[in-house]
Formats: sequence, structure tokens, C-alpha cells
Amino acid sequence: MSDQFYNAAPQETRMAPPRKHARAYPASKPNNVYLFGTCVVDLFFPEAGMDTIHLLEREGINVHFPQGQSCCGQPAYTSGYTDQAREVARSQLKLFANNWPVVVTSGSCAGMFREHYADLFKDEPEMLTQINNLAARTYELAEFLLHVCKVQLADQGEQTQVALHTSCSARREMNTHVHARALLSQLTQVERVEHDHESECCGFGGTFSIRMPDISGAMVADKTQSLLASGAQQVVSADCGCLMNINGAFEKQNIPLLGQHLASFLWQRTQAKQEPRA
Amino acid sequence: MNSQRIHAVDITARSIKANSRLSLKDQQLRNNMRSAMDSLISKRIISMPDEGERENLRELGNKVRASALSQLPDLLELLEANLIKQGIQVHWASTTEEANAIVLEIAKARNATQVIKGKSMVSEEMAMNEHLTEHGIEALESDMGEYIIQLDNEKPTHIIMPAIHKNAEQVGRLFEHRLALPYTDDVDSLIQSARGILREKFFHADIGISGVNFAVAETGTLLLVENEGNGRMSTTVPPVHIAVTGIEKVVANLQDTVPLLSLLTRSALGQGITTYVNMISAPRQPGELDGPEEVHLVLLDNGRSQAFADSELRQTLNCIRCGACMNHCPVYTRIGGQAYGTVYPGPIGKIISPHLLGLENTPDHPSASSLCGACGEVCPVKIPIPALLRRLREENVKSPSQQPQIMDGQGSRYSAKERLLWKGWQYFNSVPLLYKTGTFMATRFGGLTPKNLGPWTQHHSAPKPAARSLHELAKAHLEKKS
Repeated sequence: MSDQFYNAAPQETRMAPPRKHARAYPASKPNNVYLFGTCVVDLFFPEAGMDTIHLLEREGINVHFPQGQSCCGQPAYTSGYTDQAREVARSQLKLFANNWPVVVTSGSCAGMFREHYADLFKDEPEMLTQINNLAARTYELAEFLLHVCKVQLADQGEQTQVALHTSCSARREMNTHVHARALLSQLTQVERVEHDHESECCGFGGTFSIRMPDISGAMVADKTQSLLASGAQQVVSADCGCLMNINGAFEKQNIPLLGQHLASFLWQRTQAKQEPRA
Repeated sequence: MNSQRIHAVDITARSIKANSRLSLKDQQLRNNMRSAMDSLISKRIISMPDEGERENLRELGNKVRASALSQLPDLLELLEANLIKQGIQVHWASTTEEANAIVLEIAKARNATQVIKGKSMVSEEMAMNEHLTEHGIEALESDMGEYIIQLDNEKPTHIIMPAIHKNAEQVGRLFEHRLALPYTDDVDSLIQSARGILREKFFHADIGISGVNFAVAETGTLLLVENEGNGRMSTTVPPVHIAVTGIEKVVANLQDTVPLLSLLTRSALGQGITTYVNMISAPRQPGELDGPEEVHLVLLDNGRSQAFADSELRQTLNCIRCGACMNHCPVYTRIGGQAYGTVYPGPIGKIISPHLLGLENTPDHPSASSLCGACGEVCPVKIPIPALLRRLREENVKSPSQQPQIMDGQGSRYSAKERLLWKGWQYFNSVPLLYKTGTFMATRFGGLTPKNLGPWTQHHSAPKPAARSLHELAKAHLEKKS
């Protein structure tokens, strides 16, 4: 086949091809990072944000938390309210002026920075440099701990079995499941158990769960049942949107499991003393 | 009979939300769909085990389709010229009404009373069976899945496996009931019974109808893949063959069909190649012993040029109708194809149907997705389905009067109230003082969250805000440190 022929102008694609296999990591740990906590963590899982700070500080990194941060804009973006999403994104873009890595406690929000801001601002080419710069230094937490900090976790906890749920956008845009699995495998007393249809969506999808509650409900019911059937004592995820969905359904169905953010799980497992949480 | 319950879904209503409420309760349907889709998912990956090769092939498939679409008008003209030269009559139809009128005219000219059909989704789009029946012409489906659902007066649940929602027991009961055959759930016996009935029909049909997988411009070839042999029978036994297809199915040359065929059969069924690959380029020639006397091609637009006109939405037309997106879709797997209420179900159905029918007639289609991305990941021609769904949501909530108008039914979900809510969300999240005040209130008065939060609390307990926000905790912690 003629190469020339297939070099015809490519179609416009808003969704960039996955960059999951093509990222170069810095050779050494940075001294400073920004933490982007995400709106769901801020209000519903602040301990996940604090445990992220603890994990990063233990690596000798100064964590900066810009107080102007709110939301990455994803809810409006995926609902089709692109203009509103863009203005929120614009307000967030200003917060990361120093050239430090931005660590995000949720894969889907990190994916928003990395994959979708370019689409949001496609009519403002003057923003492109700033957006590419932010995309290049945005990391989902697990990826950052594993590949940039090259963290070595010393497990201090009891023997346990955990099931890992990875958010779909994090999996597809950031390869987060691979990073989270690698971190869990460093914990000697933790056995990661697979659950049925592990890579399937939990049914959250932001406003999808409100617009289509029956379909979303059927999906999360299958997810909670498969997590329960896995026999895992603990459920871990690096995305608090999924966790809010799965935990809310666990509670509604009286299933005695509670999903925990990966940061909190890792921090608790690697504390010298098992201090009960205040 | 279990399939009776599926009839409860009203195919004429296009509200996925309402339809899925019924189909989600059909446990038999849920089980049938889940096991069928799981099997298709694993067959696909077994047939394309090497990730690097798979991704290269998908990239090539995308380029072939993108390139064909970038020269669509020229390729269509070349196709037409070559087909006419070879004796195939070419007809153009803007709408399904026009396409049906063309088919009817051909049928009337031949005094046709019986039509036998190979599988064709475009004929479903046209509701051709209903149209022919209204005019006193019997239209019989000969694809096994299509035959089954026609017997049960249903619509296809999947674009390549129309009866995939039924198990062998259900089909056995259907044949017992409608064909007066002794009950069996042995798949081979069921197929043999149907083949026996259909074979006779082929010999008496006046016209054979088929779809087209790829229309090759350079050689004037209509390429058709199938596994049952009914496609070859439909296109060679009756004296007239009418192929119906969408205008986007054209490719430049035969070489281009090689990667597309490879992708199509693997993505669809995990097959390296189908049992039959038909290449039709002319009617029966003088001295030949078989083949139809007349061959017609009907090229249907039906909203495709609307998608074509927008460089992003154009990617919808890359589709080669393999069905992999539905096989991998967690929504489709749970609600089944009929709940979409449109000819094309699943992820591709959600992005193509709004062009065929207008957004006003498919208001739920863009929304009924968690945007999980499973479809885009497996699409053999790399249609960014989640991005297109998002784009359609944008078109759906735009003001109906906003210019330029890209789609029929723009703004069909427009609500001034909802827009205002998102505007409020924007200010809340871009003005730090508002955000801080809001989260402060939520953390202090979170205990007052009502137990009933509408749709959310149908399947979840109400979320409880933490006592202190991360903003507060982080600030206190970082100040203490420094």
C-alpha cells in the first residue's frame, strides 16, 4: 500500500490518542509539587488529600496547595456546557504558575488537565503553550509515587486482601490501574484479588448517574456485588467519583464494605504504628 | 414465553430512559446479553492478541476510512461511473422514502410478489419490509438472526447479531409456536429446520436484497461479507438483485478493503475472515449460466451528509458496522439493543441516530453513557465515540437559535433553568470566595443533607460532607509546618 496515500490529512480528533505508553519521567524527585485535590475530595474525602500530602512529604517533597482551586471543569464539560467548563478551567490554569509538577488525587481530573483542556481552548491558540505545559507536568498520584518518586513502600499492616477499582478515564487516559497495582504489589502483606468484570465502569459517569439513574444503578449494583464476591476485605480506588458511587451503593445495599482512596490505604499501611484514625 | 416480555419495550418510542426501565428488569435478557457479550469480547481479543499489531491495524483502518471520506464526492462519482459501465444500475436517495420508492418501482417493473433479503441494516433504516408488505410484496429475511426476529415480530437487537438477546430455548419455543416444529433447543437442528424452509423461498423469490460492506470505487465492486451463505443466495439466485447502502461505505480501491476486512471480521466475531466474501461487479453476462439479470445499487444519504459537513462529527461515518462498540458497552449489555428504540443501538447508535432522525427524536441518545470509553478503545477505525457523544451533548443543550446550526434538532434539551444552574456552578467554582463560603457551609451544615436526593438516592445513600474541607485541613497543616 502506498504510504503517500495513507498520509492524507488526518481527521480532526478532539480525543488525543492515549499517551499511556509514551511518557518520559524526570530523572529525580522534585523539591516542590502542587497538589490539586479535586472538588469531590475537598468536600467528601479530605483525608485522601491529607494522606496524599503525608505520602509526598515523606518523600521529602514540599507540597503546595493553591487555595484558589476548586474543580477541573469536568462535570460541565461532559454535560455539554463547554463554555462554563472553560471558564472554570481558566480560573484553575492560573494557580500553577511555578514550573512544579501538579499531583492530582483523581485520575479522571488529571486526565481532564492532560487530555481535554486542549479541546476546551481550541479556539484560543494563545493558550496552547500554557495548556501543554500543564499537561506535561500533571500526574495522577499513583503514577507520581511510582515513576517520579520511585517510592519503596514498607508494609506495616496485617495480612489482608484488597480489590482495586480503577476509574475508566484514569485507566484509558493515564494507565492508572497499572500504577496502582504496582504500588499495591510493594505491600508484602497485601494480596490484590481480582473481581469479576474488573475493568468495567462502576456506572458513575458524573451527571450520567443523575440523568440515567436506572442504568447507572444497574451498573453500580453489579460492581458492588462483584466486589463483595471477590472476598476482598478492603476496596481501594484512586478516584473519588467512583468511590462516592460505590460507597453510596454499598451503604444503600447494607454491604459491609467501604471503599478507601489509594492514598489513605497506602499511608495507613506504611505507618510504623497503626494509629486509629481520629 | 420469555421473549414476550421484551415486547414490552416500545420500539417506536426513542426514550432510552423509559425503555431501559423495562428492559433492566428482564433478568433473562440481562443474562443472555451478558454471556453473549462476554463471549464476543474474548473472541475479539483472541483473534487480535498482539497489542502493537492491533493498534497499527486500527491506525491503518482509521486512515483508510478518513482518506475515503476526505474524497467522498469524487469516490462516489467514480463508483457510479464504474458500476454503470459494468451494467449495474445506480440510484441515489436523499431520504428513506426515496429509497423505498426506488425499490418499489423496481419491484413493480418486474411484477414482483416475493423478496428475499440478506442482512442489511440500511434496509432496516428504511423499514423496507414494512413498506414492501404495505404494497403487497412479501419480504422475507434469510439471515438466521433476522429470520428469528422477523418470526417474533421484533426489531434487531444488534447490528450483526440481530437475535443475540435470545437463547436457544427461546428460539426453540418460537419455532415450535410459529413454525409448528417439534420443540428442540439444539442449535444445529434449529438452524437446519430454518435452512430447509428458506431454501425453497430462494428459488421462488423475484428479487434478492442485500446490503454492502464496502463499495470499491476504482473497480466498481460491491463487497459483502457473511457466514451463512444466505448473502450469496440472495444476490445470485433471484433474477434481480438490489443492494442498498449508505453513501459513506465507499472506499478508493480493493487494497483498502484488506485492512478493513481484517478489522471488521475480527472486531465483530473474532473471525480471521468470514465464510463468504462476495464481490459483485456486474449482472449475469452473455453466456453465463447463473447470476441475476439485473443488479441495482441504491445509495442512501438519510442524514449522513449532515455528519459529513462537520469535520469532527464526520468521524461518525468511519464506521464499518462491526458492532464491537456494543459488545464492549456496559450500558448496551444491560439494557439490550431494543431499548434504544432506533435501528442502530449501542454506542455507534448513539452517535449516528441523531443524524438520521434529528436530535429532537433522539434526546436521550447522547446522554445515556457514562463516557467510560470502552467503545472508543475497541473501535477498529478509531472513532472517538466518547468525544462525539460529548459533542452531541453540547449540540443538545445549545440554544435552539444559536448559529451556525450544525444539526437538525439542535438544542432539543435546551433548558434556560439548567443553563442558569451551570452558570451558577461556573461562578461557584471560579470565584474562590464563593467556593470557600460554599464549602464552609456544606461542611458545617452537612448533617442537614436531606435523605432523599432524587435520582441519586434511588441507588445510593446520601453523601455526607466531611467536617472540614481539604482546603481547611491542608491550610492548617501547611501553616503549622512552615
